[in-house]
Amino acid sequence: MKRVVITGAGTINALGHDVPQTLAAMREGKCGIGELSLRDVDRLAVKIGAQVRGFEPDKIFNRQQLALYDRFTQFALVAAREALAQSGLEFSGELSAKTGVVLGNSGGGMQTLDENYRTVYEDGKNRVHPFVVPKLMNNAAASHISMEFNLKGPSFTVASACASSNHAMAQAFQMVRHAMSPVMITGGAESMLCFGGVKAWEGLRVMSKDACRPFSATRNGMVQGEGAGVFVFEEYEHAKARGAEILAEVIGFAMTSDAADIVMPSRQGASRAISGALADARINREEVGYINAHGTGTAANDKTECSAVADVFGPHADKLMISSTKSMHGHLIGGTGAVELLACIMALRDGVIAPTIGYEEADPECEMDVVPNQAREAQVDVALSNAFAFGGLNAVMALRRV
Amino acid sequence: MDVKKQVIAIIAEQAVLEPSDVSMESTLEDLGIDSLGLVESIFAIEEAFDISIPFNANEPEKSDFDISSVATIIAGIEQLVNA
Repeated sequence: MKRVVITGAGTINALGHDVPQTLAAMREGKCGIGELSLRDVDRLAVKIGAQVRGFEPDKIFNRQQLALYDRFTQFALVAAREALAQSGLEFSGELSAKTGVVLGNSGGGMQTLDENYRTVYEDGKNRVHPFVVPKLMNNAAASHISMEFNLKGPSFTVASACASSNHAMAQAFQMVRHAMSPVMITGGAESMLCFGGVKAWEGLRVMSKDACRPFSATRNGMVQGEGAGVFVFEEYEHAKARGAEILAEVIGFAMTSDAADIVMPSRQGASRAISGALADARINREEVGYINAHGTGTAANDKTECSAVADVFGPHADKLMISSTKSMHGHLIGGTGAVELLACIMALRDGVIAPTIGYEEADPECEMDVVPNQAREAQVDVALSNAFAFGGLNAVMALRRV
Repeated sequence: MDVKKQVIAIIAEQAVLEPSDVSMESTLEDLGIDSLGLVESIFAIEEAFDISIPFNANEPEKSDFDISSVATIIAGIEQLVNA
C-alpha cells in the first residue's frame, strides 16, 4: 500500500473565496451565515443561509463557459484552480492518463433546475436553453475539472447526501493508496441556496430560523451553506520526489450504513464508522487529538454523534477536541466534508483548532470539549472528519500531521 | 366535517388505523407515528385547513403547538383555524 498525502487545497464558501481567507475566518470564529439574498425569499419560512458573497462569475469565466457552468460547477472550478496551482502539478503523458477527479455532490445543478422550472411552469414558456442537461447533471463539475486540467483517468461523482464529499475523498484515497493513480483530484461542491432548494428543506422542519448552534443546549436546527472544497491527493514518494509541499497525510477511512431509518441517525452506525477509520489507519484512539464533527446543530445529530464518539473513545473522549465548523460556513450538504477537511488540515499543520461558534449553553447529552466560540492553539497529530448522511450513510476520514 | 373529525381522519390515515381506533387520549407514539410520520401529519393538516403550524422538530417542547396527545393537537388546530 502507498502512503497518500495532500499537496494542494482550494475552496470557496461563505467564509472566503480561497483557503487563506477561509482559515483566517475559522481562526477568528467568523460567521458566514446571514440573510438570504435570492429570488422569492419573502415566500420562504427559513430566510437565512451561508451564501457565497461578492462572487462575480462573469469576471472569472467567459460567456461560453457561463452558459455551461451551474453555480456548483463554478465553485468547483474556482476551488480546483487554487488546489492545482498550489500543488504545482502539470498534467501530460502518463500522469494525465492516470489522474482523475472524484467529487461529492448531492443536488446537481439546483440553480439551473430552479430557473428552468420557473421558465416552463411559472412563465409558461415551451422552450428552454439547449444546455440545461449538461449544466444540471451532477457530474458536470467533475467533468469540467477534468477538461480544464487534462485529467484523463477515472472521474465520477459520488452522491450520498451529506456524506458525499467524504465518500468521494475516500474513493480518491483508495485509488492512490492502491497505486491505481499517483494523483487524484477530489472534494465536493454544492449550491442549493435557491428558492426550490431551501423550500424543500423547510418541509422537514429541521432548519433553524436564526443560527446554527451545534452542541449547544439552545440549538434549533441546521443552516444551509454553499461552496466547494477541492484537494490534490498524491502518492507520498511522488510528492517527495518533486519537492512538493505536503499539507497533511490521509491515513485511513471507513464507511458504514445504518440500515435503519431514512433520516434519523444511528449511534451504532456512526461509532462503527469512527472505529473503522481508526482500524483502517492502524492507530490507537489515544492518538486522535481533534475531530471535525458532522455537528449539524439538529437535536438528533448532535446527541447521536456525541454518544458515538463517547462509545469509541471511552475515557479519551474527555481529552480530545471536537468542533463543528458548520456553525460558521453552514451545511454544504454534498460539499460539506470537503470544506470541513480544511479545518482538519489547519489543526494538523498550523496547530489551530477551529471553534464551534454560537455555543451558548452546555447540553448534558453533548458533554465534550467542543472548542466553544474561540479557536484554540494545540498540537494535534491525528484528526478525524465525520460525515453522517440522511439515508444512514456514514463516512469518516483520518488524517495525520506530516 | 368538524375540525376534530378531520384531524382524526388525517392521523388515522398516517397511523394506518380506523378513525374509531384513535382516541382523544392517544399519543402519537401510542399510534405508532414516528418523527417522519409527525411532519407528514402536520403537512397534511396545514394543507387541509390552510394554516401554518409553528413546529420545529429540533425543539418540539418550545413550540406553542402541543403535540403530546390527539386532544392537544386538535385544540391547537382549532385555535389556529379560529385565529
